[in-house]
Amino acid sequence: MSAVAGEPMASARPDARGAGRLLFAATVLILVVWVLLPIWLLLVNALSSPAEVTSFPKRIWPSFDMGSLSFFYNFGGVGRALWNSVLVAGLTMILSIGVGAPAGYALSRFDFPGKETFRFLVLMTRAFPLPLLALPLAVMFIRTGLDDTVLGLALVHTTLALPFAVLITFSLFSGIPVELEEAAWTLGCTRAQAFGKVVLPLALPGIAASAVFAFTISWNEVFAAAVLTIENRTLTAFLLQNISTSPLHLRFAGGAALVVPALIFIFAVRKYLFAMWGIANR
Amino acid sequence: MAEIQIKQVAKRFGSFTALHSIDLTIADREFMVLLGASGCGKTTLLRIIAGLETAGEGEVWIGGRRVDRLPPRQRGIAMVFQNYAVFPHLTVFENIAFGLRMKKMPQAEVERRVKRTAELMHIEQLLQRYSGQLSGGQRQRVAVARALAMEPDVILMDEPLSNLDALLRLEMRAELKGVLAESKTTAVYVTHDQVEAMSLADRIAVMHQGRIVQAAAPVEVYRNPAARFVGSFIGNPPMNFIPARRDGDGRWTVAGLTLSGPKIDRGEIEFAIRPEDVEPGETGLPATVRVVEPLGAHTLVTCDVNGGLFRAVLDSSAEVRVGDDLKLAPKTDRIRWFDPETTQAL
Amino acid sequence: MRQKALPYLLLAPATLFLCVFFLYPFLLVAWESITRNGVVTLDNFRTMGGHWKFPLTFWNTLALAGVVVPVQLALALAMASIVSNMNRGRSAVLYIFAIPLGISDLAAGLIWLAIFEQSGFLNSWLSMLGVTERPIMFLGYQSTLSLFAAVAIAEIWRATAIMMVILVAGMGLIPKEYGEAAEVFGAGPWKRFTRVTLPLLRPSLQTALILRVILAFEVFAVVAALAGNNFPVLMGETYHWQFALRDRGVAAAFAMVILGISIAFTVMLLYLLRVPREARI
Repeated sequence: MSAVAGEPMASARPDARGAGRLLFAATVLILVVWVLLPIWLLLVNALSSPAEVTSFPKRIWPSFDMGSLSFFYNFGGVGRALWNSVLVAGLTMILSIGVGAPAGYALSRFDFPGKETFRFLVLMTRAFPLPLLALPLAVMFIRTGLDDTVLGLALVHTTLALPFAVLITFSLFSGIPVELEEAAWTLGCTRAQAFGKVVLPLALPGIAASAVFAFTISWNEVFAAAVLTIENRTLTAFLLQNISTSPLHLRFAGGAALVVPALIFIFAVRKYLFAMWGIANR
Repeated sequence: MAEIQIKQVAKRFGSFTALHSIDLTIADREFMVLLGASGCGKTTLLRIIAGLETAGEGEVWIGGRRVDRLPPRQRGIAMVFQNYAVFPHLTVFENIAFGLRMKKMPQAEVERRVKRTAELMHIEQLLQRYSGQLSGGQRQRVAVARALAMEPDVILMDEPLSNLDALLRLEMRAELKGVLAESKTTAVYVTHDQVEAMSLADRIAVMHQGRIVQAAAPVEVYRNPAARFVGSFIGNPPMNFIPARRDGDGRWTVAGLTLSGPKIDRGEIEFAIRPEDVEPGETGLPATVRVVEPLGAHTLVTCDVNGGLFRAVLDSSAEVRVGDDLKLAPKTDRIRWFDPETTQAL
Repeated sequence: MRQKALPYLLLAPATLFLCVFFLYPFLLVAWESITRNGVVTLDNFRTMGGHWKFPLTFWNTLALAGVVVPVQLALALAMASIVSNMNRGRSAVLYIFAIPLGISDLAAGLIWLAIFEQSGFLNSWLSMLGVTERPIMFLGYQSTLSLFAAVAIAEIWRATAIMMVILVAGMGLIPKEYGEAAEVFGAGPWKRFTRVTLPLLRPSLQTALILRVILAFEVFAVVAALAGNNFPVLMGETYHWQFALRDRGVAAAFAMVILGISIAFTVMLLYLLRVPREARI
């Protein structure tokens, strides 16, 4: 806009724009606080002594007393539960990528009869409340000896994570031009060599991110874990099954144990986060 | 010996026939250009030679070996892709060395070849850079260097210059011609740009709707187009076509002008002449000038001849104005005739 | 290079997995729900439906979804719009908005427990501000309305990010030129949003809503953490019948009900928000 002498609009604009920007910034701030504050409050509780957790009124700053956390850690079965969560999530991560990535690659590179059927199958799994599958699987697992095992729960969680793994790797591989593989073929590579030397290095960050994502899904899952594990409980199952009987500070410390690793995971994959979720859900 | 023989190669995609029984022989060290508009099948044919597509029917022979059942890496070819396909996660050096490393060449030889081809393509100072740090033109040079380093029997190029801007394209065209002539490799080059084809090729194969319409040296294709399509596709501004009516045995009336032509038993055929092959004079095709474009080196005049559009390229000194009535005399040895039904030359 | 079998080989593990661990159990649940002691019968559904808690459970679940999802949609749209209009600090804000995605619903329930429970932060602040004299029991058995509100707020906090992320991706696909053209033709920001952005966002809206609605019917751990047995929802009852009451048939019946409403709403949303292919970006 060229400056025209005596233009009346020009003087009104900066004020309106300034107020608009202030409002915008205020809204952003409110929303940021809305998201972060509750997490902070949980951490306050976790970092307070058991007595402080039930005291009233609460202070907004933690006393950094490790009482609750040590109580939590030493509570019978917590250590094992944490370890089980790690095992199940790790297994889920490996299985979902190991099974899902080849499927994602096949969908992105090939056209073949049955392609749409498979995509429909994958999509259908979203329409179904997957945790409910734990019910009949509980019976199936009892019969096959997988009941109450880390592997059994990991298999259920993999079913939960598999659609994401397939769709995410599909969009990942689709973003790598097939010309790169073709060039590798003309330069002496077999199909497998081209995949290993050209596609994999380029897809690795995305695959790693979706692996972490699968880990997080498993780490956070509650229903199936509660249904399928008794002796070998994961952290979520443990907390759920003790939810009404355990003291408050135990619950909050447990909550913190659930939240903090997840925060780290999400931070680690933040670059891929919304691209993955956004694309995977189309 | 790297002669390429394509025998009755055909390719269908579902119900669409991309190639109808192609026969073509490319001599050892010949530079063959596959020229045509989008969808004519030229890229499909190239990819079949490369082994990136399999032909539905037919055979492909390279250097006396039948290769159509072999994967690309066993055909002795190297390829330059339209979007360069330079590996983003490797340095320029490693890109060029890629094929050599796959052959398990010793490091000293690898370095020698990479250096040599990099110097050939004027990118020796970029060897440690990554593709993301390069311009389009530089990436294209890397792609060519990578193919040349393989010292292949055959080099295949899929519109390598089409993504470059006009000036760069001009420079690269000249460079490519020099580099490839020196390397003494058989080359197959796909393009839709007829100027590129004319400038680079030993022979041009003009393709249209899955068929090779004419395969001949550039001058031959230009002067003696075998079909109407070739005449209209090659040459800028394009060839002019005017209907001709029979006026006796071997005599034809074109826009009122009587000329001698092919002696055949037909009512109507097509007269064709290139814009630069007419001269304004006392007699000739009656033309009314509509648009005059003085282009510096010559003047492009768009006229009305017999109710149709006619383009003439005149000397820049010609004084022509809009509305003038001219008589454009065609050079008799440059007149071409086409059968309106079969579109073949007569 | 085309081996016909290769794609099928690559797809086989995933297909096998989904058949064994999804299709088969799905059929099993359906079967479980209509059999009892080996006899095909609708008794499970009758038991479920006839139970005094059922209407409450059913309507709780629907009401919760009915309140939470629209609010979340508006909030997700607002957040997505804000992020799309930011330059500096955009990725930081996006990360913060997306944090709830990584938080287990159980943890989310516990987070809001810290706020809503009797000695929690909300009561602390209310009393510090002098608004109340004694702490209010938000989560008590008696106070269904505040219980509902607490669960709703926790759910809104937790699950808005799911929709926001889909909408951000969808907004990213809308070329800026459309908004610019609208601006040139006189449309202000609100008009641009309603007349240009929203219609072009329909496919994403459809995906986001379907996903969120299905997840809303599955609400479980948040309710368990905040309300325990004081606010029955369908998923919670499923768990209760399976685990505590050890009646797999009725639990399966509940599962089928959840599946039924999920499918019903999915079909409805697919129809209401459909976009013909020609009208897509």
